[in-house]
Amino acid sequence: MIRFESVSKQYPDGTKAVDELSLVAPSGEITVLVGPSGCGKTTSLRMINRMIEPTSGRIWLDDRDTSKVAPAQLRRGIGYVIQHAGLFPHRTIVDNVATVPFLLGRDKREARKNALELLERVGLPAHFAKRYPAQLSGGQQQRVGVARALAADPPVMLMDEPFSAVDPVVREQLQNEFLRLQGDLGKTIVFVTHDIDEAIKLGDNVAVLRVGGHLAQLATPAELLATPADPFVAAFVGRDRGYRALGFASAGEIPVGAEPSVRQGEALTSAKDLAQDGWVLVVDDAQAPQGWLHLTGVPDSGLTGTVEPALLNLGGTLATQGGTLRAALDAALSSPSGRGVVVDTDGRLLGSVTASQVLALIEQRAAPSRTAPAELGANLGANLRKATL
Amino acid sequence: MNLASSDSSPLKLFQYFTDHHSQVLSWLWSHAWLSVLPVVIGLVIALPLGWLARRYRWAYPPMVSLTGLLYTIPSIALFVILPRALGTQVLDPINVVIALSIYTVALMVRVVADGLGAVPEDVSQAATAMGYTPLQRVIKVDLPIAVPVIAAGLRVATVSNVSMVAVAATIGVPELGQLFTNGFQLSAGSPYYPPIALGIVMCVLLAVVFDVAIVLLNSALTPWRRAVSPR
Repeated sequence: MIRFESVSKQYPDGTKAVDELSLVAPSGEITVLVGPSGCGKTTSLRMINRMIEPTSGRIWLDDRDTSKVAPAQLRRGIGYVIQHAGLFPHRTIVDNVATVPFLLGRDKREARKNALELLERVGLPAHFAKRYPAQLSGGQQQRVGVARALAADPPVMLMDEPFSAVDPVVREQLQNEFLRLQGDLGKTIVFVTHDIDEAIKLGDNVAVLRVGGHLAQLATPAELLATPADPFVAAFVGRDRGYRALGFASAGEIPVGAEPSVRQGEALTSAKDLAQDGWVLVVDDAQAPQGWLHLTGVPDSGLTGTVEPALLNLGGTLATQGGTLRAALDAALSSPSGRGVVVDTDGRLLGSVTASQVLALIEQRAAPSRTAPAELGANLGANLRKATL
Repeated sequence: MNLASSDSSPLKLFQYFTDHHSQVLSWLWSHAWLSVLPVVIGLVIALPLGWLARRYRWAYPPMVSLTGLLYTIPSIALFVILPRALGTQVLDPINVVIALSIYTVALMVRVVADGLGAVPEDVSQAATAMGYTPLQRVIKVDLPIAVPVIAAGLRVATVSNVSMVAVAATIGVPELGQLFTNGFQLSAGSPYYPPIALGIVMCVLLAVVFDVAIVLLNSALTPWRRAVSPR
């Protein structure tokens, strides 16, 4: 557990980077500090490992007052990942990973062996070990950065915008792997980002900071989206937060309708017979949806040949049965036929669902909370008034 | 007059060398260590000074300007003043070593400061965050990364030392510069080039050998710079 106790940081010129910050980052969870630039999120992070000294207040690591621990000592027990990885260019990948074990005076051979295992764990092949950082792509370097932070198995990790310097595809990949890794390791993590989507995706708890280093709200992502504490948080969380909140709502059992499908390689004429509103779903031999085939306006005489991948519209996303309402709604909205494709956890076609069916499901889920306790109702009312200001 | 066939031709330098080889080789030897030792001493002094100039931003401008100014003191003046200032013998090679160490410091303080400053911010941040103490960080992270910049500075300092050592011959210190004073004296009647040509050739060869040595050393210390991206 990391506990901020009325922590402030004021610079000699009078600017307040952090103002009376009090918050707890619970053990084994990811706490995200998010906010616009100048909100003091990085400053707060760096005060934990004493890269920056607070002007007042205390920071506790479990029952240890960090100001009572020698900085170098303290830092060796805290993993740290930064934006551009900050790998040591003059050291091989394996030695970069083993940095902290070396500093702790551990056996070098043992430390390198552990480093190799860690490389594998973060998804890098073993033959990268002897390379130098300059030979790796940005995403690969960031993986090494994560491995390096984990090398001495610290209970606490600090991450300062670790995924913001890589392209969106790699970022998503790294985020997913990070969540998987954290599922295994259960570290106490403080994660800084300016990207609210990343905060909501990764955080068990999200602390929204406003410029000047004030804590605006500390809540779970779902709470943050449902009940922003004030207009600043509401604006920061974004306009489509209602839609994004669906990402935290389980769809339960989606009532799927039967969706006829054709296999790749079947004759186009048989596809035409199965089409509804001109669209027919194409699956592969394992019943995994491949895309939609559009057959409206094609005269029967033009229907020669078979169903080929090149003919498919790949527009629709897939919703998994048991997934979130957001995925179900997105499948329906993105489908060119208007019918969202639902698959089982193995990716096999179950059927389809329309947007209005998903909306009905959403209505059904939301209804109980409208008739909820008076206090919550008053809260909602207050939020509504704010929203209409 | 046909220079090539005359005894005073510059091309007779080989003849001059074989005639005086033991003398010339001993000059070469002293010339070599008089050039190298000050580079080593100067670097050892410049490292902490350069680090200070980097560590305390306000110290950089005065430190770099003042040490840089040392370079403007004419070497001949130092060779003459140092024995009086230090109470050493005029012909004591220690004077040359001290004078050239001063020049090396003058060159290298800026180089070391800039080299340490060229370490990327995220790298030094990461080093601090990993738990390096400030001294550990300088020795194990900052300096190794600054090696290429420092080596480039050392090449300039070493080569310029080789040329400056020769000046000390004018006050009588025995090294390759003696070939120039000899040549000058032997040219009193008519020009006599062989020792002068030999001196120039040997100085250049010496400088090239040192330069190559530093390049090789730099390359041995920085295998990471040769690593080519496979991307």
